[in-house]
Amino acid sequence: MLHRFANPTRFLRIATLVQPWMAWSTILLAGAGLYLGLLSSPADYQQGESVRIMYVHVPAAWMAMFCYTGMAVSAGVGLIWKHPLADIAAKATAPVGACFTFLALFTGALWGKPMWGTWWVWDARLTSMLVLLFLYLGYIALANAFDDPSRGTRASSILVLVGFVNVPIIKFSVDWWNTLHQPASVIKMDGPSIDASMLWPLLLMAVAFNTYYLWVLLIRIRAEIVANKIRILRLKQVHG
Amino acid sequence: MDVIKEFLDMGGYGGYIWPSYIVTAVVLIVMLVASQRLLKGNEATIKALEPAKKEETGEEKT
Amino acid sequence: MSGFMSILKRDLHLAIRQGMDNMMVVMFFVLAVVLFPFGVGPEPNILARIAAGVIWVAALLASMLSLERLFQTDYEDGSLELLTLSPIALEVIVLAKITAHWLTTGLPLIVAAPLLAVLLNMNTEGFPMLILALVLGTPSLSLIGAVGAALILGSRRGGVLLALLILPLYIPVLIFGVSAVDAVIGGFESKAQLLILSAFLMGALPLCPWAAAAGVRQAIE
Repeated sequence: MLHRFANPTRFLRIATLVQPWMAWSTILLAGAGLYLGLLSSPADYQQGESVRIMYVHVPAAWMAMFCYTGMAVSAGVGLIWKHPLADIAAKATAPVGACFTFLALFTGALWGKPMWGTWWVWDARLTSMLVLLFLYLGYIALANAFDDPSRGTRASSILVLVGFVNVPIIKFSVDWWNTLHQPASVIKMDGPSIDASMLWPLLLMAVAFNTYYLWVLLIRIRAEIVANKIRILRLKQVHG
Repeated sequence: MDVIKEFLDMGGYGGYIWPSYIVTAVVLIVMLVASQRLLKGNEATIKALEPAKKEETGEEKT
Repeated sequence: MSGFMSILKRDLHLAIRQGMDNMMVVMFFVLAVVLFPFGVGPEPNILARIAAGVIWVAALLASMLSLERLFQTDYEDGSLELLTLSPIALEVIVLAKITAHWLTTGLPLIVAAPLLAVLLNMNTEGFPMLILALVLGTPSLSLIGAVGAALILGSRRGGVLLALLILPLYIPVLIFGVSAVDAVIGGFESKAQLLILSAFLMGALPLCPWAAAAGVRQAIE
């Protein structure tokens, strides 16, 4: 048991050191990104001002996929090398990833209304994102469905790996299905080729979302490590 | 005043742009605060538990 | 192989003894499809247009209904633990149980499907393709579903949870299964869809028993 906790204890020390850095970089990067995105960048010649939704939509979509990949990698490491931190990291990532996916869908709908004239189209990307949200929700539900939390972690680690194998297949199927049922007059979400004045706020926001993710991840991993310690203490008290 | 109005209007797209920024901010801040509260709550619980643990080991020694 | 057959026989015997349960899955399938004309109206053209999709979605939900029991009963009475201790590889045992599941639910669904296609006024040209697509697709559903059934062992709210885990993973099979039928009715080739459905089956056949066995192991540990 001590061996299992040697790593998390060191991690706790590093996490408390790194966390303020993440917090400040998130605040500064997001501030700069918001300033450039909302104030100083020009409106797009095709999409007008509505292009500004891109600065939150695209980073959210990137992070949604990034978090799922991260979860799959941590789950794999956790299952193969039984590394306790990896399991915890996968579990801690899921709610944040689900938030990003929801935001990508929500801001996508708000972008779609002025661009396509409708909140939702069964566009390949939107549909894959929706499925991704369900994968996240399934993971979270499974991870919390057991009285013994370590069971939940292991079962959900297998699930996230199965899901990860399936993501490209789902993406392929949805793309194929979408070309078959191409909705009329859809403007591609790709929009215009990106000008440097738009690239900067986009990149700043993307990095800010990333540091935000790391910030919350550190907090959630710390919370989870402490929760594990509480469980062990309670068990010891019960068994004397 | 007009400058602010124009800024908020965003060329007619304000109704779409502002909700997307506001909802993003709200969701991310709620997530952050919830995680922070989870951590604080757990830390408080373990503080309450740890003295109890010491008492027990103390009893064992005596 | 003899181990595979003995597990398969055992599960089939159990299923036949509880014959009512499997009938209920088919009944659910029929009822779910029969609800659609009430929902969208009895106009033959509309029904014909949505027939393949409705039958596929209902088949998907019906095959999921009985998945929860795939490992659950054996898990609760402890025989699953005994099976893992047996010399037969757990993957083979799982595959035998999946085969039994498909024979007792997938196969009856395929038999009932043409009847429902008639009720929904589906174009008769699509009938052979509907059956062929179901024959290729439903085993994949049982295979993928087995992974979910293994993962929820011992959890709270098993049934609803299973649906949440498995339904998103069913989407590719649904897309290609429906489109194979629609293509034939529309007068197109559906070779590509059938090949892709077979590819799913070939991929799921080794991977899913393996993942499901991993799930069973961690449930019993």
